Amino acid sequence: MRIIVCVKQVPDTNEIKINPETGTLIRDGVPSILNPDDANALEAALAIKDSCPDTTTVTAITMGPPQAKEMLKDCIAMGADEAILLSDRALGGSDTWATSNALASGIKQIGSYDLIFAGRQAIDGDTAQVGPQIAEKLNLPQVTYVRSLKLNDDCLTVERALENGYEIIDVKMPCLLTTIKELNTPRYKTVQGIMDSESADISVWNADDIGVDKHTVGLKASPTNVFKSFTPKPKGAGVYVSGGSPKEKVQILLSALEEKHVI
Amino acid sequence: MKDFQDYKNVWIFAEQRDLELMGVAKELLGEGYRLSRGLSGDSKVCAVIMGYGVSNLIDEAYAYGADIVYTMDHPLLKNYTTDAYAKVLSEAIKSYKPEIVLFGATHIGRDLAPRVAARLNTGLTADCTRLDVNTSDYMDYLEKNTTASLNGLDRNDTSTMLKQTRPAFGGNLMATIITPNSRPQMSTVRPGVMAKLERDDSHKGIHINVAVNLEDDDIRVKVRDVIIEAKKIVSLTDAKIICSGGRGVGSKEGFKLMEEFAETVGGMVGASRGAVDSGWIDQSRQVGQTGTTVKPKIYFACGISGAIQHLAGMQESDIIIAINKDPDCPMMKIADYALEGDLKQVIPEIIEQWKSN
Amino acid sequence: MGDYVMNDMQKRIRQLCREFSLNELIPTSKEYDIEGRLNEDAYRKAVEIGFTKIAWGKEYGGLGLDTVTQVMVTEELSYGDAGFANVMVASSLAARPVLMAGTEEQKQFMADIVIHGGKAAFCLTEANAGSDAGAIRTSAKKTEDGYIINGSKCFITNGPEAEVYIVFAMTDNSKGVKGISAFLVPGDTPGVGHGAHEDKVGIRQSSASDVIFQDVKVPFSALLGKEGEGFKIAMKTLDIARIDCAAAAVGIAQRAIDLSVKYAKERKTFGKPIAKLQAIQFMIADMEIQTEAARALVRQAAELKDMGQINSKICACAKAFAGDTAVRVATDAVQIYGGYGYIRDYPVEKLMRDAKIFQIFDGTNQIQRVVIAGNMLK
Repeated sequence: MRIIVCVKQVPDTNEIKINPETGTLIRDGVPSILNPDDANALEAALAIKDSCPDTTTVTAITMGPPQAKEMLKDCIAMGADEAILLSDRALGGSDTWATSNALASGIKQIGSYDLIFAGRQAIDGDTAQVGPQIAEKLNLPQVTYVRSLKLNDDCLTVERALENGYEIIDVKMPCLLTTIKELNTPRYKTVQGIMDSESADISVWNADDIGVDKHTVGLKASPTNVFKSFTPKPKGAGVYVSGGSPKEKVQILLSALEEKHVI
Repeated sequence: MKDFQDYKNVWIFAEQRDLELMGVAKELLGEGYRLSRGLSGDSKVCAVIMGYGVSNLIDEAYAYGADIVYTMDHPLLKNYTTDAYAKVLSEAIKSYKPEIVLFGATHIGRDLAPRVAARLNTGLTADCTRLDVNTSDYMDYLEKNTTASLNGLDRNDTSTMLKQTRPAFGGNLMATIITPNSRPQMSTVRPGVMAKLERDDSHKGIHINVAVNLEDDDIRVKVRDVIIEAKKIVSLTDAKIICSGGRGVGSKEGFKLMEEFAETVGGMVGASRGAVDSGWIDQSRQVGQTGTTVKPKIYFACGISGAIQHLAGMQESDIIIAINKDPDCPMMKIADYALEGDLKQVIPEIIEQWKSN
Repeated sequence: MGDYVMNDMQKRIRQLCREFSLNELIPTSKEYDIEGRLNEDAYRKAVEIGFTKIAWGKEYGGLGLDTVTQVMVTEELSYGDAGFANVMVASSLAARPVLMAGTEEQKQFMADIVIHGGKAAFCLTEANAGSDAGAIRTSAKKTEDGYIINGSKCFITNGPEAEVYIVFAMTDNSKGVKGISAFLVPGDTPGVGHGAHEDKVGIRQSSASDVIFQDVKVPFSALLGKEGEGFKIAMKTLDIARIDCAAAAVGIAQRAIDLSVKYAKERKTFGKPIAKLQAIQFMIADMEIQTEAARALVRQAAELKDMGQINSKICACAKAFAGDTAVRVATDAVQIYGGYGYIRDYPVEKLMRDAKIFQIFDGTNQIQRVVIAGNMLK
């Protein structure tokens, strides 16, 4: 069985600071990490590989700048068999639609596959769009928000999380699943894995290699554009409620909360 | 610039579950109403209701502002499936050509919208918290709430491109996204952000029943079951609302009031070290340096003065509401809302007013 | 993280250690410290990741990495919890005499235990023979088919759990230190027992106890090297072990610095963060100077070893300086935290307790100075 895992290298948003004057990100010294939901996706694939190691191949694929190789090495150190980086200036600035065109072409280039995993969303953009859009471009069935998963022959039984419960869904392979953190706990890399990954051969493919129509990728082809980016105003001083009866004070509080859409 | 003359109206994917409209659908109707009135000519806000046996929801959609209600009613739409919904909705959009399509950013909206956008080769902006078609309104918003410069914007600009504003990088940054070269302009919108219109049962509109062309084979997954489970919040770190009590709560009995408070607002009870050390509540509920570090949407600090060891565990909360007799204690100083008073009187009042809302 | 000069692979291994410390050790460190027991779950994970086989040769199933990498790993694990790190450090200390003087069978036997997470104990110290190791009284009497060991060792790290003990015993009383021999004794050998788990001040995830040998019969094949080589083996072992021990001390100091910096920015007095006060700034700068210097000494000792030039003087310098630094820096961290630093709710008092042992074990820092002066004045 061949499993493809779509991964993304993201800045650790816990460490991000914003220059409040320019409204731009201060990226200096912010570590890049494997996107957390994608780590769950990779773990799901590796867990299947654990159960039938001889017949399963796990391939990690990403689109990004050359530095994204580092993250792919980490995927190999966790246990992925191979990794592919789609990297080309022509792909730069892609929005979700264009990104999914590139990744879908990359996956077609890999050839046959049985199962594609992607993390639900990446912590830098939080869009949750690229997974479903790859499925659309590859004409595959999708299940998003997967929180548990069981494999029987060529069919998967998965639980798809809802806000107030879950659905139990059967889906035939090939298909694409997006994963959430409730699904599993990603394993650590091993030291041996890190050593092996140092010498692993990571394929770097450009736009021509994957045969993608260049009018469907990159900044220019992207249907959405960033019009403006900025930072919210810093929190002002708090609101003080002191006069009146408890009833009146609570009325003031609750209507203020309502007005701000807090409740 | 392409000509988008043919594209008209604002569509709301009016999500229903078990034949009840989701709250976010009503919010989107309110927002869609506002947007449609800012668009050219006679733009309408339209609810799109998909499912099986949904005719009862039409009047409700009118009541929340819909000018037109499209229904797609079919047995194969009873349970949500990506395949069926994406097919039916994409075809409808292709034939009716709305200018804007909005979805709630629910687990269903976020599954469906990207698939439809990809099929239609148009842009989609996720998790929007603000939408504008009118440039002047947009500039007002920027001025009031953000540090953005207004350079390049003109109050007399009459273009009505949808400006879709959303948080990125964990809320550290905001971005406004536009979709200049394709239609419809599509967004998912965060639930709980937009304001719904006052319900008006006398408001009526036009109903259009859209023929559904679906076969079993169109659907490649099988929904075996949908299980609803009351979400029990089991850990403080997962709680969206925390009602924390400190020494000011005064006793074990006082924490019964805190329990009732938390239950009413859908939160979980937390505590300061003082309350835990006094034996009024279990150590597992302690917030602070020694206990759990939390970051809820709302943190109620009731009778907690705000020792540094407590503040270390909760000061990142989105909204901090302090209730305290001492107006000068540190907690009242850092709170977004500081309510001076006796918690034993204030909390029952909150419970009552919250319930009646 | 401290600034070793590192290649990419070492950086990634170090990052992995840090991730492990932050996720698995630090959140529960206080709980295990109070209870005085090992975080077994984290230990099992550490073994799976491969932290117990870093410097073992590939021929024994290890990773064949160098000492520089080993000390980096030790520092990072100690950053998470010095007691936890000490469990591993003690096992590799016990393995050292075998690697130095053992037969291939003995080496493989040891590797099979330690690499897979089994604990090993180095049994030299006795109640009346600490710094004065030559005064040991445990005896190994030669018989027809081997030796019979009798005696009692104290403060033995991993004493209660070890699967194998490396025991130093007198085979010939008349020869003084040249009468000491080293033995490899499996933990399940009849007659091997241990005393109570010592209630230590610090490094409380790591156990220490008396280990008692009562008519313990071992075959000739248990002898490491030749009779009478025990003292030489022990001293050489301690030289090398000091590097790892010093690295662990640096880990404590680094954690104390990181916590101090964070707290100094948060804590306000006189209306501003204490980080704005020069008195605090200078303390933090001094902590950094000492810690970076200690780390550089550790690195120097490790590189010399990797080049095959073990230098007792440098090893002793590193151990003494890193141990003294850990105590000073951790104590300063408590000072910066003020009253909060002196209560268990905050993590720095534990660092101070953990640090103290690094001036005592693996040769007290007074003994290190004896070694250093001895090297200089011979």
